[in-house]
Amino acid sequence: MADEFNLVEKSRIMDATSMNRALRRLASEIVEKNNGADGLYLVGIRRRGVPLAERIRDKIEKLENSQPLYGILDITLYRDDLSTVGANPVVNRTELDDDIEGKNIVLVDDVLYTGRTIRAALDQLMDFGRPKKVQLAVLIDRGREHRELPIQADFIGKTVPTKSSEIIKVMLKEFDDVEAVGIFERPSE
Amino acid sequence: MEKPFRRRDLLGIRDLTPIEITGILDTALNFSEISNREVKKVPALRGKTVINLFFEASTRTRTSFELAAKRLSADAVNISVSSSSLSKGETLLDTALNLDAMAPDCIVVRHGSAGVPHQLAKVSRAAIVNAGDGSNEHPTQALLDAMTIREHKGKIDGLEVAILGDILHSRVARSNIHLLTKLGSKVRVAGPRTLVPDDFQHLVEKDLEVCPNVEDAIKNADVVMILRIQRERQDSAYFPTLSEYGIHYGLTNERLALAKKDAIVLHPGPMNRGIEIASDVADSSRSLILDQVKYGVAVRMAVLYLATGGTAATE
Repeated sequence: MADEFNLVEKSRIMDATSMNRALRRLASEIVEKNNGADGLYLVGIRRRGVPLAERIRDKIEKLENSQPLYGILDITLYRDDLSTVGANPVVNRTELDDDIEGKNIVLVDDVLYTGRTIRAALDQLMDFGRPKKVQLAVLIDRGREHRELPIQADFIGKTVPTKSSEIIKVMLKEFDDVEAVGIFERPSE
Repeated sequence: MEKPFRRRDLLGIRDLTPIEITGILDTALNFSEISNREVKKVPALRGKTVINLFFEASTRTRTSFELAAKRLSADAVNISVSSSSLSKGETLLDTALNLDAMAPDCIVVRHGSAGVPHQLAKVSRAAIVNAGDGSNEHPTQALLDAMTIREHKGKIDGLEVAILGDILHSRVARSNIHLLTKLGSKVRVAGPRTLVPDDFQHLVEKDLEVCPNVEDAIKNADVVMILRIQRERQDSAYFPTLSEYGIHYGLTNERLALAKKDAIVLHPGPMNRGIEIASDVADSSRSLILDQVKYGVAVRMAVLYLATGGTAATE
């Protein structure tokens, strides 16, 4: 969510192939831990969690011959910094068409950093009902030392230790020119 | 690139650009699912104060704004003129300053005189939302009408819209004419000649036509919008009686048949069944009157979110 125009890419830590392998493994781990696709409900967190959730959903379908339930969360209205940012961010659609009551939810996001996005997602989910369980799948975990809340990921594509001055960007063909994960920094530092 | 809606106040449609209008409609669409949830509340405006300052009686609009504020977790307060110091002779300026001292984030105001919201906006630090000022504008009504049209027709550009009734006194008509022509619709207005003056077509630069009778306006329309006829008007000799109004100008099935086969019918409410609109038309599947009410809450949620600092959707 940082201003994207001044960033300089320092290194590329994943390419399209390694991303795909990681997502395949995540799909596999998710069905293993949840004993299959029954009762499983993947929820992608806007924006970049959404295509990742879709890919994991499709990989699960290949593994289990059945598609898990699928939804999209826009957590904008549940952010804890709405009153501090200058202009409130754009609100996009939340689509949870299937009832979450009693389901195994797997939240999917691109990067786990401070944990505040996931806190917002949990609060929003609770307003929709009472899931049986909520787990978290992320492509990149930036490491526990950055966490500002007691939040953990259950399924991790890659753990990447980073500095606070760095930004990890997961680039996806739905939004960017390439499929890759890169570490970026602002040029002045 | 044209900027999306980022004003502090919503005073009228007249000053908005098409990008700003579609931004509000897109934002409203994203808010509409909240009213379908079990828990109809999001924390977006938690801790913010919204004051509904209604100098004119209104249950429907006021309830809609109140629900919109509450569903965003704001604290909503209703002030109606009969039960307040306003009837004790307090000036508008003093009312505004007194309210401001209580630090509201947003004031929604309805008044019988045009320009009152504009005056408040100059004096108050709160965001001002116009809920109807005299015969001037009723922007949220036009926005919810537009949302209803867009949801059913898929677009607003290129549609033919008939607005029928007491155009002269109608803020709903004025706001709708501004909005629909800005977004590329062609609008035709008609009603008793006493209530639809010829030079009304100069309200906007283009795409507005004053028709000599309601049949001409309805012919081939995609949308037929019926305005409420106020009972007091029959006492001012604008037309003979209410039942004569119903006979000559009311939307009956016969008149509606002149419109396109899939035309929709809108009415801002409350309706006088059998007068400006026939009962069977009002209850038919082509009438979207209840959808208007539903979208009204979503539109007002979007407006309150944007007025207190939100950014409009851009897709």
